[in-house]
Amino acid sequence: MAVIHFSEEGFDKAVSAGGLVMVDFWASWCGPCRMLAPVIDALAEKYEGKAIVGKVDVDAESALARRFGVMSIPTVIFFQNGAEVERKVGVMPQQAYADVLDARL
Amino acid sequence: MRYDIAIVGGGPAGLSAAVQARQRGKTAAVISGGSADSSLWKAHRVDNYLGLPQCSGAELLRHFEAHAQAMGAERLTGRVLSIMPMEGVFYLSVGSDVVEAGAVVLAPGVARAAKFPGEEALLGRGVSYCATCDGMFYRGKEVIVVGKAEQAPEEAAYLQGIGCHVTYVSDTRPAQLPDDMVFVPAKRIEILGEGQVTGVRLDGETQRCDGVFILRAAMAPTDLLPELKLNGGFIAVDRDMATNLPGVFAAGDCTGQPLQVSKAVGEGMLAGHRAAEYLDRMESK
Repeated sequence: MAVIHFSEEGFDKAVSAGGLVMVDFWASWCGPCRMLAPVIDALAEKYEGKAIVGKVDVDAESALARRFGVMSIPTVIFFQNGAEVERKVGVMPQQAYADVLDARL
Repeated sequence: MRYDIAIVGGGPAGLSAAVQARQRGKTAAVISGGSADSSLWKAHRVDNYLGLPQCSGAELLRHFEAHAQAMGAERLTGRVLSIMPMEGVFYLSVGSDVVEAGAVVLAPGVARAAKFPGEEALLGRGVSYCATCDGMFYRGKEVIVVGKAEQAPEEAAYLQGIGCHVTYVSDTRPAQLPDDMVFVPAKRIEILGEGQVTGVRLDGETQRCDGVFILRAAMAPTDLLPELKLNGGFIAVDRDMATNLPGVFAAGDCTGQPLQVSKAVGEGMLAGHRAAEYLDRMESK
């Protein structure tokens, strides 16, 4: 499954469904964010059917970034049962995100 | 941008690695801030570098830089914020750019400064290392820039330019700082806030702010590569200057004492040489 590019509406829908959701807050001007993109893509593929993996462009969806107090990008936030359960700031190896997903599946 | 070897740091070790990489027909990028960030730059006189006695550190560095440039090494100005290995390729983020390389040589010198109180806990919650990445979140807000690198005044000016209210903090006011920027001299810095930055304490004086940009000359190697093995605070390397991570080599002050130019140059040569061999081995697989 490809990565979902969330609008605020799509984001609310996905998170409120209660399943495990991983969201990467990013922007096109941010080098580290672009570097993380292939990792997010790979995770979307690997966890297809188990978790929803999506991205929020903080330029287009600044309200979402404000709502979750995202002040540094990339920030990856994990949601479960409709609420934030964990977040990782900065670029991490793929395994760091996979570990969070595995622990919560 | 794709290079055979990405070299993090533009001091004697990094430049020596670049010369050696070029000698072996590899493309090489030396990524660093300004020359003044190298500890060699500050040396008034160096008397134990073979063949070139009585040079100042700055003079030696200029010789080294010219040599690397003449050999065709590319110089990229900026701070490496993170390194990600993925399927045999290393991705390095440098400001808003991404550099790709087949091998990496770490030569950032000694990261002498320990983290400030509050820095780690509030990273991403008001603390940032990247003005171009995160500046937009602080438009119209109060930010402190802790300037620890030659390029830091430029980044502070960028933040001011996009509408942040910047206070610049360092030991002494840098000459390149815009005239209208507020400057506070301070040596002891603490970052305050519970779950979100609310202020800083500068030499005991509390000041309210929304964000703190900490701009050092280089990130600590273990912040770049969390799995990197250390030995007594320095990067652990073998006789080939190889670290515990395949394709990652290290040279110079970051590998330990003595912190001398000759050692840095020798280790840089070896690291550049072995990195080139590593690439040849990968290619023939």
